[in-house]
Amino acid sequence: MLHIVVCVKQVPDSREIRIHPKTNTLIRQGVPAIANFYDMHGLEEALRIKDQHGARITVITMGPPPAEKTLKECISLGADEAILVTDRKFAGADTLATSYVLAKAIQKAAEEFGPVDLVFCGKQTLDGDTGQVGPGIACRLDLEQLTYVEKVVRLDVEKRRITVHRHLEDGVEVVETRLPALITALQEMNKVRRASLPGMIRAARYKPIVWTVKDFSDIDVSKIGLKGSPTIVAKSWVPEQKPVDGEILEDTPPEEAARQLVDKLWETELPEKLGWDAEREEVAP
Amino acid sequence: MTEARNPNTEPDWSEYRGVLVVVEQREGKARPVSWQLLGIGRQLAQKLEVDTLALVMGQDVEHLAREAISYGADKVYLADDPVLKDYRTFPYSRVCLELIREIKPEIVLFGATYTGRDLAGAIATHLPTGLTADSTMLDVEPPPSRLLLASRPAFSEKMVATILCKKYRPQMATARPGVFDALPRDPSRQGEIIPFRCPVKEEDVAARVLDFIQDEQKVHLEDASVIVAGGRGLGSPDGFKMLKELADALGGVVGASRAVVEAGWISHDHQVGQTGHTVRPKLYIAVGISGAVQHVVGMQNSDVIVAINKDPSAPIFKIAHYGVVGDWSQIVPAMIEEVKKRRGLLPVEKA
Repeated sequence: MLHIVVCVKQVPDSREIRIHPKTNTLIRQGVPAIANFYDMHGLEEALRIKDQHGARITVITMGPPPAEKTLKECISLGADEAILVTDRKFAGADTLATSYVLAKAIQKAAEEFGPVDLVFCGKQTLDGDTGQVGPGIACRLDLEQLTYVEKVVRLDVEKRRITVHRHLEDGVEVVETRLPALITALQEMNKVRRASLPGMIRAARYKPIVWTVKDFSDIDVSKIGLKGSPTIVAKSWVPEQKPVDGEILEDTPPEEAARQLVDKLWETELPEKLGWDAEREEVAP
Repeated sequence: MTEARNPNTEPDWSEYRGVLVVVEQREGKARPVSWQLLGIGRQLAQKLEVDTLALVMGQDVEHLAREAISYGADKVYLADDPVLKDYRTFPYSRVCLELIREIKPEIVLFGATYTGRDLAGAIATHLPTGLTADSTMLDVEPPPSRLLLASRPAFSEKMVATILCKKYRPQMATARPGVFDALPRDPSRQGEIIPFRCPVKEEDVAARVLDFIQDEQKVHLEDASVIVAGGRGLGSPDGFKMLKELADALGGVVGASRAVVEAGWISHDHQVGQTGHTVRPKLYIAVGISGAVQHVVGMQNSDVIVAINKDPSAPIFKIAHYGVVGDWSQIVPAMIEEVKKRRGLLPVEKA
C-alpha cells in the first residue's frame, strides 16, 4: 500500500495581524492559529489518492504542543496517523533547519510505518511565505521535486510514475516523473472536504504521536533550531509610506472630475512615455 | 550591525568573491527579472569591488549569454546542453552546485519566480547555506564585512525584515520581479563567455516535461505600463468589467486588492500585494481601494498614482498624486469617454 506523508504547519493567521498605529509594532493578541491552508490542499490530494488507490496517510507537523489541534483536524478528515515533532531545541528554526528536522521525521515515519512514496507540502506557509521547506525536504530525502502543483493528472501505482500540472507565470507545465516524489500544493489543486462525523469522533479520541529530540537516534543537534539556522533576522520595521502632496478633487461633479483628472494626466509625461501622443497624431492628423 | 569581530572565530571567506546572477529562460527567452537582477547585482558587485557573474543554462542559449553581458555581466558561464532544454530541478541544480563550488561566489541571486524558488530552495539545502526568499531590497555592507542585507516583506507584507547570513557562504536570495531596475541594454559592453559542462546525463534524470500549455489570457502585472486596480469599494465583482474597459482604453491591465481576490471576485494573477505582485507601472489607478499597508507596499513606486474613493480619509489618498473623492461608478465611465476622446479611440465624427 502507498504510504503518503503530509507536512502541515499551524500558523498564526497573518492576515489578522495588525500594526499598532502609534507604536508601529505587531499586535499579536487575538490572532487565531490556523492550519496553513495550502497544506490542507496537500492533505486533500492525499485523501483522494487514498480513496482511489488505497493509501496510508501520515501527517507530520513540527511546532509547539498546541499544534496538536491542527493534527486532530487532519485526523478528522481521514489521515491515519499524526505526529507532533516538538522540542524547545527545534525552536527558532529557519527553512534549512526546518527541512532537516522534517526530513528526519519522514525517515523515522518510513522506518516505523513503511517506505514513503509521496510527500505533500503546501506551496508555502502563510507566516513564512518562503516556499523553501518543500524543496529542502525533497533534496534531503532524494525525492523527485514537484513544486507549485495545481493538479495531479495521473498516478500509476504499478509503474510508480506520477504526472502533474505545475503552475508557472505564463502557463502550465505537464511533468511526469518517478516515485518517491514530493509535491507542493496550490489552492487550485482541489476543494478540501469537510470532516465526517466518524472522523470527528476519531479525532476527538485521537492522541498524536509525539517525537522530541531524544526520540531521534541520529539527529545532529548543531543542525536544528536557532543554532542550525544560517539566516538571522537583523531587524524589522513597518515600511514607511511616502506621503505625496497630491491634488485631490472633492465635491466635484463626476464628469467634471473625470475631465479634470484626465487633463492632469495629459499634462504629465505620461502620454509621451506611453506613446499616446504619436498615436493621436496618426489617428487624427 | 558592524560589531567588532574576533578574527580567531570568524570564518575566513576570502576565497568567496563575486556576485552571481542565475539567469532564467524558457525556450530561449530570458525572463525580465534576470536582467533586473544583473542591474542590482552589478551595484552590489561595485560596492564589493568584484565581478558581476551570470550563469545561463539551457539548450541553444548562447545568445542569452551575450545578452547578459549587454545587461551588465562581466563573466557569463554558459551551460548549453540538450539535457537543459527544459527546466528540471535535478540537472539545473547540479549545474548550479558545481559552478558555485568551483567559482565560489559570495552572493548568488535568483528571480523569485516559480522556477527560481524551486531551484534556489534545492541548491541552498545541498550546499548548505542560508537563503532569503522574495527579497525586495538588496544591499551589502562595504568591505571588510561584505554582508548581504536582504530585506523582504514579512507578516503579510505589513512589515519588512532584513535577513543576514553570517556563517555560511555563498549568501543566497531570491528577488521579486519588477522591483529592481535593469541597466540599459548596451550591446557594445565587453565581457567573457565561459563554457561550463553539464554534469548530468539524460538517463539520470527521472522527470520529463511532456507539454507546456501557454495561457494567453494571463495578466502580467509586472510588465504592465498601466494598471487599473479595484478593491472592495467596487461593491461587487461586476465592477471589474468597467475597470477592464478603462484599462483597455489606457492600454493597461486590471489589478486587484488582496481582499477581493480572497473574496473570489477575480483571480490571484491580478493581485497586487501579499504573495502577489510588486508593480511599478507608469500609471496606477486605484479604484475603491482603501490603501492598506500591504497593498501600498506593492504599488507605491508607480510613477503616477491616481486614487478614486468615496471615503476622503482613505489612506490611499496620502500616496496618490491625483485623487477624486466620489462615486467610482460615475467617475470611471466619464474617464473612459474622456480617455477615448483624447486617444482618438472614439468613432470620428464626419465634419
